[in-house]
Amino acid sequence: MPWTRDDMAALAAQELLDGFYVNLGIGIPTLVANHIAPGVDVTLQSENGMLGLGPFPTEADIDADIINAGKQTITELDRTSYVSSADSFGMIRGGHIQLSVLGAMEVAENGDLANWMVPGKMVKGPGGAMDLVAGVGRIIVLMDHVDKAGTAKFRKSCTLPLTGANVVDMIITNLAIFQRPDRRSPFFLKAIAPNVLPDEVRAKTEAHYLEMPA
Amino acid sequence: MVQKIYDNAPLALDGLLFDGMVIAAGGFGLCGIPETLIDAIVESGVTGITAISNNAGVDDFGLGKLLKTRQIRKMISSYVGENKEFERQYLSGELEIEFCPQGTLAERMRAGGAGIAGFYTRTGVGTMIAEGKETKLFNGETYVLETGLVADLAIVKAWKGDPYGNLIFRKSARNFNPMAATCGKVTVAEVETIVEPGAFDPDHVHSPGVFVQRLLLATHNEKRIEQRTIRQEAA
Repeated sequence: MPWTRDDMAALAAQELLDGFYVNLGIGIPTLVANHIAPGVDVTLQSENGMLGLGPFPTEADIDADIINAGKQTITELDRTSYVSSADSFGMIRGGHIQLSVLGAMEVAENGDLANWMVPGKMVKGPGGAMDLVAGVGRIIVLMDHVDKAGTAKFRKSCTLPLTGANVVDMIITNLAIFQRPDRRSPFFLKAIAPNVLPDEVRAKTEAHYLEMPA
Repeated sequence: MVQKIYDNAPLALDGLLFDGMVIAAGGFGLCGIPETLIDAIVESGVTGITAISNNAGVDDFGLGKLLKTRQIRKMISSYVGENKEFERQYLSGELEIEFCPQGTLAERMRAGGAGIAGFYTRTGVGTMIAEGKETKLFNGETYVLETGLVADLAIVKAWKGDPYGNLIFRKSARNFNPMAATCGKVTVAEVETIVEPGAFDPDHVHSPGVFVQRLLLATHNEKRIEQRTIRQEAA
């Protein structure tokens, strides 16, 4: 049985360690915040200029001046600080954020990531994704294993314009987890969703990867 | 005291607008955008604008209003989703876009305002953002040269301002406003509240008055919310 979006978010949340400063991307990555283990102290950063994100507000507490990078209304914590976008990206580019969880359209076997543009079709722009993958120490991608047409998203090489070259450390899909120890190494299959067979993962993956260590 | 306070937005923009000009605007999404000044620029009819702004507003709000009237010729932005009119004009070739990663955009505005012509960053290396740009190796890693940005006019939104042009922003509405304020040859700030001289603790000023030539009381403070997300009250 494939993992649900919440399952995937919970798997990613296990990678958040005590004391980490973490940036969560828009979409499924936002759900990671709901699965941080009790006792693990994590500070969430939002690249528009907020450090220390609280939960969504109640109706009564909505404040239009408190939003995250997904433009969602959010709340403060007792640790919260606000900075300009220049200072915020100083945190990101300067290597002060330990981990970022992002969505992806494609990931290549060499760690290339594409998640910002479909030429001639989708014109949105990279936002802060290029800065995040260039500056944050560890990048985890959450994505469906195949796209709506059934095409593998973990590929030999990306067909779409890149967000970053050789920047992905871990991939969590609805079928499997791939990881690599460093950015010179190939990915290996780390885990498979319950009742999903290795052959199915193999068939739905274009990228070369190493089998699960025994 | 030099009179920086103007009675309304048209007066605050008087003599500053011309066709083909470059305008930098503060704001992220619809948060912390200079709503009053944008409306006045729409009214002015100035055209051929190059707009430096992280986003392009939505169809009927923010810079989207200036797109609807075709007053903008080019955008320098990091993210322009959520705006159908933008997409239509871009795909039909009426509108030019220079995509700039968000952190690079913030730094380009900061650099332009600080007299720095260019800087090297890892952001965008190996992507089409770096195509045609100079690269350089530092400690074995490749960095790409990005240039500082200077605008003919910067428009910003602040929470409070004093008659000297000192500004204090509120929460995440700060975002790009401090950098925008520095990168304008002339900067006009609209504020939600004008305070008396001396009301600010000097330690708490976010943007000092040297960057702000004109100031007005904002009359449009709709602060539209793009993604209204709430949680249910715990029982």
